[in-house]
Amino acid sequence: MSGLLSLVRSGVTRRRVQSAVIGLATTMSVTAALLGGSLLVVSSAPFEDAFSAQSGAHLSAEFTATAQDVAATASAASAVSASVGPFPTASTAVRANGIDLPPVTVVGRADPAGPVDRLTLVAGEWADGPGEIVLAASFPMTPTLGHRITLSGLPGAPSVKVVGIARSVTRTAEAWVPPATITAPQGHQMLYRLTAPLEVESALSAVTALVPSGTVAGSRSWLTAKQEAVRESALFVPFLVAFGVLGLVMSVLVVGNVVAGAVGSGVRRIGVLKALGCTPSQVVWTYVGQALIPASFGVTVGLITGNLLAIPVLGQTEEVYDTTLTAPLWVNAAVGFGALTVVTLTAWVSALRAGRLRTVDALAVGRPGGTRGRFAIRWFSALPVPIALGLARPFARPARTFGMAASVVFGTATVTFAVGLGMSLGVIQEARDYNTSDVTVGAEGPPHLSQLDPNTVTSTLAAHPDTDRYFGLARTEMTVPGMAGFAQIYAYTGDAGWAGHPMIAGRWYSSPGEAVVPTAFLTATSSRIGDTVTLQHKGKAFSIQIVGELFDTRHDGLAAYVDAATFPDLPPDTFFIDTKPNTNIQSYVDSLNNTLTSTTARPTDPGQTSDTIVVIGALTALLTLMLVAVSGLGVLNTVLLDTRDRVRDLGIHKSLGMTPKQVIALVVSSVAAVGLVAGALGVPLGTTLHAQILPAMGQAAGTNLPTTAFTVYSPALLAALVISGTTIATLSALPPTTQTAHTPTSTALRTE
Amino acid sequence: MSTPLIELHAVTRRYENGPPALRDVSLTVREGEAVAVLGPSGSGKSTLLNLVAGLDRPDEGTVTVAGTRVDGLGEAGAARYRRTKVGMVFQFFNLLDDLTVLENVVLPARLAGMRRAAARRRAHELLEHLGIARHSAAHPARLSGGERQRVAVARALMNRPPLLLADEPTGALDSASGADVADLLMELNGEGQTVVVVTHDLELARRCTSRTVRLVDGRVAMDEVTVR
Repeated sequence: MSGLLSLVRSGVTRRRVQSAVIGLATTMSVTAALLGGSLLVVSSAPFEDAFSAQSGAHLSAEFTATAQDVAATASAASAVSASVGPFPTASTAVRANGIDLPPVTVVGRADPAGPVDRLTLVAGEWADGPGEIVLAASFPMTPTLGHRITLSGLPGAPSVKVVGIARSVTRTAEAWVPPATITAPQGHQMLYRLTAPLEVESALSAVTALVPSGTVAGSRSWLTAKQEAVRESALFVPFLVAFGVLGLVMSVLVVGNVVAGAVGSGVRRIGVLKALGCTPSQVVWTYVGQALIPASFGVTVGLITGNLLAIPVLGQTEEVYDTTLTAPLWVNAAVGFGALTVVTLTAWVSALRAGRLRTVDALAVGRPGGTRGRFAIRWFSALPVPIALGLARPFARPARTFGMAASVVFGTATVTFAVGLGMSLGVIQEARDYNTSDVTVGAEGPPHLSQLDPNTVTSTLAAHPDTDRYFGLARTEMTVPGMAGFAQIYAYTGDAGWAGHPMIAGRWYSSPGEAVVPTAFLTATSSRIGDTVTLQHKGKAFSIQIVGELFDTRHDGLAAYVDAATFPDLPPDTFFIDTKPNTNIQSYVDSLNNTLTSTTARPTDPGQTSDTIVVIGALTALLTLMLVAVSGLGVLNTVLLDTRDRVRDLGIHKSLGMTPKQVIALVVSSVAAVGLVAGALGVPLGTTLHAQILPAMGQAAGTNLPTTAFTVYSPALLAALVISGTTIATLSALPPTTQTAHTPTSTALRTE
Repeated sequence: MSTPLIELHAVTRRYENGPPALRDVSLTVREGEAVAVLGPSGSGKSTLLNLVAGLDRPDEGTVTVAGTRVDGLGEAGAARYRRTKVGMVFQFFNLLDDLTVLENVVLPARLAGMRRAAARRRAHELLEHLGIARHSAAHPARLSGGERQRVAVARALMNRPPLLLADEPTGALDSASGADVADLLMELNGEGQTVVVVTHDLELARRCTSRTVRLVDGRVAMDEVTVR
């Protein structure tokens, strides 16, 4: 076997393009497979690991009762095994660097340690002195140590210095201060570990029974947090699987093409090797080895790249749960071994012909060949000679043409899928920013804290000359029989239709008693459009009829949008205003704030781009670039083989008067025609993939997606994508074609 | 009288179209002989060579070389047979251009399982013996036709095969290089190497062989001992 190593080595170095294309294809497929596989494996593990390491809170509850009442819940309930608190809490507006940030919940906590929800300091130190604050990693601005921020909602609007950044596995607060900083608590927080972690509802009932009625302001189950954690990672899996499959198919195609091409153009060499005593299996393994060496290199690079790319992908989960996550070793091993097995099998099958070739036939290669494909020249005889010869060429080597076309088909499909996915993500990002208003009046914090007088606000808005339109929003929480947790109710005063709520199905409500709900609400209540659902609020039952499904991922999608008249006792706590064109927003806000005394106006938060969407977009771009490069190199490899095989023919053409440009036209026309057909086949494959993967991603995120996310392919875009197939093929073919066109005729004619 | 090395008994080989390439040919070549197979195009020379080399199988008859029934071998068996029993020299050299001269020569020995160091020693000896040791690190494309054919001969002799087959070994060479190769074959035969040369070249046959077999239309038309 060792005698074959020099043959394998020389084959790899002699066929650099072929080696590069195998290496790149393997790199791409291994990268995508490792990312997808790792996410599948670790998506649920990090939360549980982090939760265990930090003794996360199974139940966090917010009370409006006194600290003494709340403290009584610590061990009185048999369901509770450990607890920390009560911690004073306050919802406060924050001003940093002259900018008003959305309100946050600040918790007064003296010590980050304890038997429940041990906080991990990511940077800096704990806030144990007056005027200090520790921010959560999820704080609405990028936390910077040493910066000062103003807690403008607290009495005296204290200015505090950021001394640390911390993480809580169940996100119990967005900032922590020494308890003395909160001089007028709006509530108290208790964090519990439960004896029966899955029975959160009964534990909450037990705790609720121990405090005065109606003083449990809110609660959060660890199961909800876990669901959210898995959701973030699970979103990546469908598209990574798609790229993994595309990469695998491309790898099989590329390795098959390259090996079959090498066998096809190396028949005489095979004959010589056999004449020297190589057995058929030794010849086959020579070619398998030539594929395995660059593939091994590609696997190594792919594993490194996959592990590096896993850092930002898994980092989103790390950020939340303070766990160092890496692609598991066994997944690395399985992906690497799997890729090499696929390459070996593909190369072996493709090289079988080399083993079967009769030595005497192989040695006879170079003698006058067949006439395959010559009939096609007649079809194109009306065209200029180089074009006619070029268009007929694919018929002369149908297997080689098929291989090249397959590369372009999958390259085009990848581009089509990636472009569609990118556009859909853009649509989804826009849909997440459901609020398109210019100005917001009122707080986004707990509604019961709102000091807003609706009549004053509406009269002020109506009187302002720059107000174009506005609507009010009342929020409350209601339970739904049979559904765990509660639903967030959004009750609108006025026409909220212009706010840009992205509809999935049905229609916007048109009268009191009708509701539009997110997908998760339908799932949780096992209902569908047209059904009537009963909501319960403060002992009263309300029936709403679901008339539409909309895209909304806030509050895990457990929400309902209704006309304010459905709940007449619920006053609006926030108003959203659209100003007239060319209005100076800050002047408008200042003007409102001069008039409104009990509440404040501010420019509407533009919303943040989702990190997940950014990472998915970046990964899509990277994997697409790699796949297109593989596709292009596949074409380049085919053209290289073809022009090398035909260099003597082309020399004859040149000796008869064909110019280098005509030679280029000949080769390019053959490639462009194949590219066009392949592009036309690849585009529907890409759109089909898009139509399959996008809903799967939505399902992973627990929601259907708005129709606009699917209808991203315009006819003009589809036409451009079809042409991308030709573009990939032509651009990839140009380097070897140009080189061949400029080969001296005498050299070409001497080529055996 | 030395023992027979090649024995063809009533060998016939037909191809799909046309008359048989070989018809009922029986031929014996003894150890140490240098035999030239002559004949016009289409007479069956190359077919005869292919059958002896185990590259092709007869439709009828038997081919035995160095005690091995070649006509019954499979592809893998034929490959092993070629490694040990036959060295082949081609008209167009058939050297592997991506390997150096030394690597080309070493290759058959390595395929046969010889240790690397031993194979390189043997190759150096051969290259030295054939006067081309100075080119051992060069690639074949840089050598003249005569030098390339010497490399091909060295490669063919690497495993010390009892039989050296040469198919038009001077066909691609100028007359000076052709004469050089003819002298080499004669010298090898003088050292006891059995040589069978298929050629059109009467001068080559006269110069380096002691027996001439002439084929016409697939039959042995003449088989005579010649004087060099």
